[in-house]
Amino acid sequence: MTVKPRVKVPKTASIGEIVTIKALINHSMESGQRRNRETGERIPRMIIHTFEANFNGKEIVKFDMQGAVSRDPFFEFTMKVPSEGDVNFKWTDDEGSVFETSKPIKIK
Amino acid sequence: MNLTRRNLLALGGASITMTLLPLNVALGGASETKLAIDALTGGAEIIDEGVSLTLPELVEDGNLTPLRVEAEGAVFITIFAQENPIPEVITFNFGELAGSSFVKTRIRLSGTQKVIAIAKMNDGSFRSAASEVKVTVGGCGS
Repeated sequence: MTVKPRVKVPKTASIGEIVTIKALINHSMESGQRRNRETGERIPRMIIHTFEANFNGKEIVKFDMQGAVSRDPFFEFTMKVPSEGDVNFKWTDDEGSVFETSKPIKIK
Repeated sequence: MNLTRRNLLALGGASITMTLLPLNVALGGASETKLAIDALTGGAEIIDEGVSLTLPELVEDGNLTPLRVEAEGAVFITIFAQENPIPEVITFNFGELAGSSFVKTRIRLSGTQKVIAIAKMNDGSFRSAASEVKVTVGGCGS
């Protein structure tokens, strides 16, 4: 399954402005609660357990996730813009796979 | 402690429940949720205000329950779904560049239940809010 992050970050902002950021990644987020319909066996958990966003290396948010986060996890949050720079996004799943993307913000 | 009949029944009831509960089975429920919340707060007092938790009153599909939470001055906010097999849903940690202690996301609810937000504030205190959600079709394949 392709895991393609999609993020929304304003292209420009003023210093000190509070901006809204959105992040979405495609992931089945297998909770570990479902059972195989034929065998009755539990389908093992396989989720993204951590989402992090930083700006030039400084933390904006970090979310610690369990199986009850919906598939294709979506987040909307805010950041106070300190300067020009890059918003870096990182998702880590139970297998240790890491998905990353980045978007720049320029100062108006 | 007075060995009244009432006390004996209370003691007996509690110990029977403890021996019947297998330790590795996720059950959810108010007691398990309270234990999880106490583990989070270290048993500290929780003030039931200062947190704004918004969920729909009714969702058709429990797999896609929109949630919005905000608590000015919160360092982190943890969400619990009281009746889910595993009550802990997610913890939102806010770093130095967070514009506000605010998040919108989507969660899975196994059925109609209470959703609880516990926030740790920057002064070390704990705040909370709760919201009842009616769920037509439960999530998690239940």
